[in-house]
Amino acid sequence: MARQTTSLRTYALTRLGLVIPMVLILLTLVFFLMRVAPGDPVSAALGGRLSPKALEERRHAGGYDKPILVQYVDYLGDVARFDFGHTITDNRPVTDVIVENGAATFELTFAAMIVAVVVGVTFGLVAGRLRDTPVDVGIRLFGIVIYAVPPFFLGFLAQLFFGQKLGLLPTSGRASPETQFLLSIHTHFFLLDSAIDGDWAAFKDCFLHLILPATTLGLIISGVLIRLVRVNVLQTLKGDYIEAARARGVGERSVVFRHAFKNALVPVVTVLGLQVALLLSGAVLTETTFNWPGIGFELVRYLNNRDYIAVQGIITFFALVVVLVSVLIDFVNAWIDPRVRY
Amino acid sequence: MSESPVLELRDLRVWYGSPRGAVKAVDGVSLHIGAGEVLGLVGESGCGKSTLGRGIMGLLPDGAVMDGEVRLSGENIVGLSGRRLRQMRGAEIGLIFQEPMTRLNPLMRIEDHFRETLKTHEPGLQKAEIRRRSLEALGGMGIPPTRFRNYPHEFSGGMRQRIMIALALVLRPRLVIADEPTTALDVLVEAQILGILADLKRNFGTSLLLITHNLGIVAEACDRVAVMYAGQVAEEGDARTVFGSPAHPYTRDLLRSVISLRTTGLHYIPGAPPSLIDPPSGCRFHPRCSNAMAVCADRDPVEMRAQSGQRVRCWLHGPETQIPAGGHDPLAREEIAVAEEA
Amino acid sequence: MSMQATERRFFGSWGRALEPIRDARGVPRWILWAGVALTLFFVIMALTAPWIAPYNFDQYQDAAGHRFPKQGHPSSEHLFGTNVQSTDVLSRVIYGAQTELKVVVLAVVVALAIGLPLGLVSGYFGGPLDRALVLVMDALFAFPYLLLAIVIAFLLADRLGQGVLTAAIAIAAVYTPQYFRVVRNHVISVREEPYVEAARALGARPRTVISRYVFQNVIQSVPVIATLNAADAILTLAALGFLGYGIQPTDAAEWGYDSSRAISDAGAGIWWTGLFPGLAIVLLVTALTLLGEGLNDVLNPVLRRRRIEAVTMQASVGEAEVEA
Repeated sequence: MARQTTSLRTYALTRLGLVIPMVLILLTLVFFLMRVAPGDPVSAALGGRLSPKALEERRHAGGYDKPILVQYVDYLGDVARFDFGHTITDNRPVTDVIVENGAATFELTFAAMIVAVVVGVTFGLVAGRLRDTPVDVGIRLFGIVIYAVPPFFLGFLAQLFFGQKLGLLPTSGRASPETQFLLSIHTHFFLLDSAIDGDWAAFKDCFLHLILPATTLGLIISGVLIRLVRVNVLQTLKGDYIEAARARGVGERSVVFRHAFKNALVPVVTVLGLQVALLLSGAVLTETTFNWPGIGFELVRYLNNRDYIAVQGIITFFALVVVLVSVLIDFVNAWIDPRVRY
Repeated sequence: MSESPVLELRDLRVWYGSPRGAVKAVDGVSLHIGAGEVLGLVGESGCGKSTLGRGIMGLLPDGAVMDGEVRLSGENIVGLSGRRLRQMRGAEIGLIFQEPMTRLNPLMRIEDHFRETLKTHEPGLQKAEIRRRSLEALGGMGIPPTRFRNYPHEFSGGMRQRIMIALALVLRPRLVIADEPTTALDVLVEAQILGILADLKRNFGTSLLLITHNLGIVAEACDRVAVMYAGQVAEEGDARTVFGSPAHPYTRDLLRSVISLRTTGLHYIPGAPPSLIDPPSGCRFHPRCSNAMAVCADRDPVEMRAQSGQRVRCWLHGPETQIPAGGHDPLAREEIAVAEEA
Repeated sequence: MSMQATERRFFGSWGRALEPIRDARGVPRWILWAGVALTLFFVIMALTAPWIAPYNFDQYQDAAGHRFPKQGHPSSEHLFGTNVQSTDVLSRVIYGAQTELKVVVLAVVVALAIGLPLGLVSGYFGGPLDRALVLVMDALFAFPYLLLAIVIAFLLADRLGQGVLTAAIAIAAVYTPQYFRVVRNHVISVREEPYVEAARALGARPRTVISRYVFQNVIQSVPVIATLNAADAILTLAALGFLGYGIQPTDAAEWGYDSSRAISDAGAGIWWTGLFPGLAIVLLVTALTLLGEGLNDVLNPVLRRRRIEAVTMQASVGEAEVEA
């Protein structure tokens, strides 16, 4: 029973089609979660501060007196047009929040992901190859312990050492105040912006600020990857085709690198997609610890101020990102593993 | 014999470790295969024939030890360096596995498999030459060039086995070991594969060690046959002779158990194959043998030549000089327990 | 063989299940026992907190009414020092163990109670119910867990207050999809096994098939998942506490909350308020992870490695070929 492989294009289209139900479910979840709290967003945020008449006006303007189903449909429509409204507390367009702070979070998570992959995959491959040797045990222990460290503890330690005693690396913020003042914003990605302008002093400053938070988050995530990659390597090395390759005289190094490692990494790609959710969660903590003005940081702030519109917008954004990443991961997976395409 | 045999085993022993003690999978086996000859190796499951095949290739699991001689065209390969063994595998001995579905790397095209095999042994080969030889080998198996760039999962089981055979042959080894090559395939495909294997001799002059538990295959395809029981060779000789006038009671019972259109009642050998960790004393078949004599439980039988010319290890064939008084008396024993748990 | 057989008869199916643990050798064994020991340490600490903690977790003055020093250095009276609210750090660490374990056990139980049956039913019967559940659970599973926990904790706080129950429910909500997925996948693979098919062919009712065959098989993977989950849950609880959505300091001691108070201390060079709660988190999570990984190494047939006895060969006796 041989199967023909569908082209990558067909697979992509089919996969994209499946996105719709997932997005709808997430959006519905978000919508109803936000409505669980008693009252409406406007009263919750500004209840004590405005007169009842002003509150009533705001509520009407925000459409919160319409029946719930109408609100739901309006919400879906707004999302489709990327209109997330304005924050209640500081009257900022939520889209601005998403773009500006989202870029900061993206910078952080991207850098952290690089650290996590480099450390995690390397150590995982080594540990799997050298099973049950002291190196393997050491690496596994490292992976377990590092994941057990909460970002704020690492941040605390970093503050202690780097902030106080050594003063080498900055422990707060995205860039020093002078740099931020002077930097001209194009993409909101500070590293890119400074590179575009050729402002290498600013680039260095931003890079230094990125090191601690990104390494903190990246190392923690690498703990998961180490374990995963190791188990995959162990499983792959048992494969029948490995023995068959050896029977044809293929050298051990080729067997390990070309067959075992490559096949072991295939499921890791899927896992990387799941790691994005983990990264975003960790980012919230890391941003709070290092005062990194990302979207997680803002979320906590708006939540504390009960600014439900901002919160709803941010969470919706997260939901969309999650769906996008899951599609991307499936796509990459299909590209790597020809068996997956249906 | 005018020329030295392609493969000669002298008193080969392969023992491997287990939680309950050493498993004496191969315990003193001597065989030989001449150029262009097909030797069938038959026996029940667990008699050690697969281990024998792997042992010849040096593909044993950790903790296994080998003793004795394995001479490939005169060169003893027991104790050879890893590097030399790897050089030999594929180029001088080929191995065809039982389960074709899992023996090819799912992420590599067939083309890649061939390229890897050829380049491992002949690094200087050019792309065009690699392609030519691969297609030639595949063509001999009935696989068209249009499928050269397909992935393994796009082929059926029978085709995958043919690809495996082509891979084993592409370097023109002198000896091919086929370990139950058709057990996992249906009968029609089995016939095709057997035809291919039988043709090896004619087309390439390759010697073949055909390991199987299926007597019918051996009768069809083999020049000589060796019957294995509990890690030792019970009987060995010309296929027609052994099947026509079996010298060993085990062979006789095996032949009687074969089901054909003329079978009217099911015949089976009582008892179960013995433990290889703690095999029975004397002749290992004596607990299940209907001809067992007193001496059979005491002493290991000596290798003799039967009337019809094959080698056999059985006290029924003498030597008289080594059987003590009373040794010919039938063996007194209790009911054989069915399926005794080891 | 008789000794093993007797053992097996004595312990029954439990004996068979525990056999791999007794057989484990080498690295997996050390990991498992290290995890057990460390976890037990914390469990005992949590259970005996009222007796072994020098002071109460919110106590800021001694019996005579003298206030404890504020952010005092570690000393003989306060082995781990005191924090900015003048409470003893050591006591808060000890009581914190109680809080963590209370919440996590509650959360895991709730998540299991919902996820396990749902996964069983969904996996076994399939159909539209299954598809719907899978869509919902997958969506929840894909969402950043901390955000979900924060939002739920925040919303529940309005109704239930910020206590153990709120935190436990928030965490349970986040981890239920995981149990659902694992159980469902396991059920689906077991459902296709020949012995289940045989049972169905013999006319067994779905209820029997599920409870006797499928459940027994699936339940084996639960301890490993639950333990590893518990480790994660502690991190989530600490995160909630750090951000302020967890347990209030007046209700109970919580390591995450203490860590958040300690961040500003670092700037002043005060290290004890943050170091000890943080270390406690690391150690407890490590303990649970070691336990879970150890169990997995030993129970998971894919990863299990049998002990191999060394083989020594004696010289073989030569055979003389004699012509008949």
